[in-house]
Amino acid sequence: MNIELVINFSYVLSAALFIFGLKMLGSPATAQKGNLVSSAGMFIAVVITLLNQSIIDYQWILIGVIIGAIIGAMAARLVAMTGMPELVAVFNGFGGLASLLVGWAAWYLSGNTSFTIVTIILSVFIGGVTFTGSLIAWAKLSETISGKPYLFSGQRVFNSILLLAIITIGVMFINEPANITYLYTLIALSFLFGIMAVIPIGGADMPVVISLLNSYSGLAACAAGFAINNNILIVAGSLVGATGIILTNIMCKAMNRSLGNVLFSGFGAVSTTLGKIEGEVKPISPEDAYFILEAASNVVIVPGYGMAVAQAQHVVKELQELLEGNDCEVSYAIHPVAGRMPGHMNVLLAEADVPYDQLIEMDDINPRMELMDVAFVIGANDVVNPAARDEENSPIYGMPIINVDYANTVFVLKRSMASGFAGVDNPLFFAENTRMLFGDAKESIGKLIREFN
Amino acid sequence: MEAVYLTFILVLSIFLGFELIAKVPATLHTPLMSGSNAISGITLVGALLSAGSGGETMAIILGTCSVALATTNVVGGYMVTNRMLAMFKKKKEGSKS
Repeated sequence: MNIELVINFSYVLSAALFIFGLKMLGSPATAQKGNLVSSAGMFIAVVITLLNQSIIDYQWILIGVIIGAIIGAMAARLVAMTGMPELVAVFNGFGGLASLLVGWAAWYLSGNTSFTIVTIILSVFIGGVTFTGSLIAWAKLSETISGKPYLFSGQRVFNSILLLAIITIGVMFINEPANITYLYTLIALSFLFGIMAVIPIGGADMPVVISLLNSYSGLAACAAGFAINNNILIVAGSLVGATGIILTNIMCKAMNRSLGNVLFSGFGAVSTTLGKIEGEVKPISPEDAYFILEAASNVVIVPGYGMAVAQAQHVVKELQELLEGNDCEVSYAIHPVAGRMPGHMNVLLAEADVPYDQLIEMDDINPRMELMDVAFVIGANDVVNPAARDEENSPIYGMPIINVDYANTVFVLKRSMASGFAGVDNPLFFAENTRMLFGDAKESIGKLIREFN
Repeated sequence: MEAVYLTFILVLSIFLGFELIAKVPATLHTPLMSGSNAISGITLVGALLSAGSGGETMAIILGTCSVALATTNVVGGYMVTNRMLAMFKKKKEGSKS
């Protein structure tokens, strides 16, 4: 009894540490300490759990911990910053699957009252959806499968039937808790549902999906906490659930779309009825671009997913230093959904040692855009598409953008004229003041740097 | 009654979570996400109880797999978050000097 009391008080302590840790993660000055505080909370929770008298065999725990620690540490050390979205997706998936297994195992260990069965169903369902959903997100991010939305007719009907089937099986399981076949069926259907839920969502909407899956992985832990009657799982899980929802909300706002719209209508489904775009594309050579940049005194760099693909963040930093050496003021304009996860660009530029006070959020940079001599767009497309502002027929109409077209000159670094992930034409490329610098972003910037030297 | 009490905790923690991080600068979105992702590995606690239960073989197998997955989530999540935040920090000192 005494041990139990100690364990539960320690859980209170680790919950407090999680709360402090998350709070500190909200400000750049304290973020790193916050992460340590939260990991201390986790450490306490795990170690104290080992004292639990219902644990009588440590051998399997040890094996599991060693395997997990090795994989986790290797992945965390080896991953390139450009691979962060994939890694976060995979970790989410692991967390979800772990909660599913905890829920499943609870069936063998607990008394299986109706309440327990309901919570087992929830943890298996949320955990399963998180797992396969994250795997699909990972596959889309790593381009193992196409990032395009995958839609077929009757998709909604199919998903509704699937959901109905899950509920039906769930009810049958509650009525007949001893029959584990229901549980197996539930697991399979949840896996299928996770796949179906993420597959219609396009690559450009991935920031929303990743933050939502993050939230789910917390909720799955929360449900598992109900299944095994454990407070700390519920507290920590719901904290994560809430943070995930907040991020999801920020991402949705940045695209001016509702969550339902992101989840249920693939971007590609919108038929484009845009008028023909006037004007022509004007390519520019690195030499000519150099002359314009050399004369510029205000340059704003607008990175997008293309910078991540080309791994161009280090050469961008180099270019920034050369420009600054040339008495030019350089800033970076960061759109909230640039890239494939929340804050993707900030992480990449931080890796390249760009000071974070030079990264300016969309709402702060837009009023200054007219003062900019050059807007330097690297692999961004939809987030700088003026159609979102001007063309009411455009599928992305209403999405807040960075108004690069107001700058004196716009350079667009782009591999080819293919349209962005949303599949929407970009009138920016045809604008009077736009010059296209075709080719791999890293190579193009490399050429510019050589011109400076 | 147990159910009511647990739901109580759930509701309060969700509200707390919303209040805690209502305003987070964009710079920290990724670390916040991967940091909170590491916290979601708390399911490890449940996995430990199951893997060490020493009874039903199936529960031990499921628990052990779950321990491995959740540990990956926890260790990897905290380490990669720390790695990212170290990059942010380095910059801050650099710009001050």
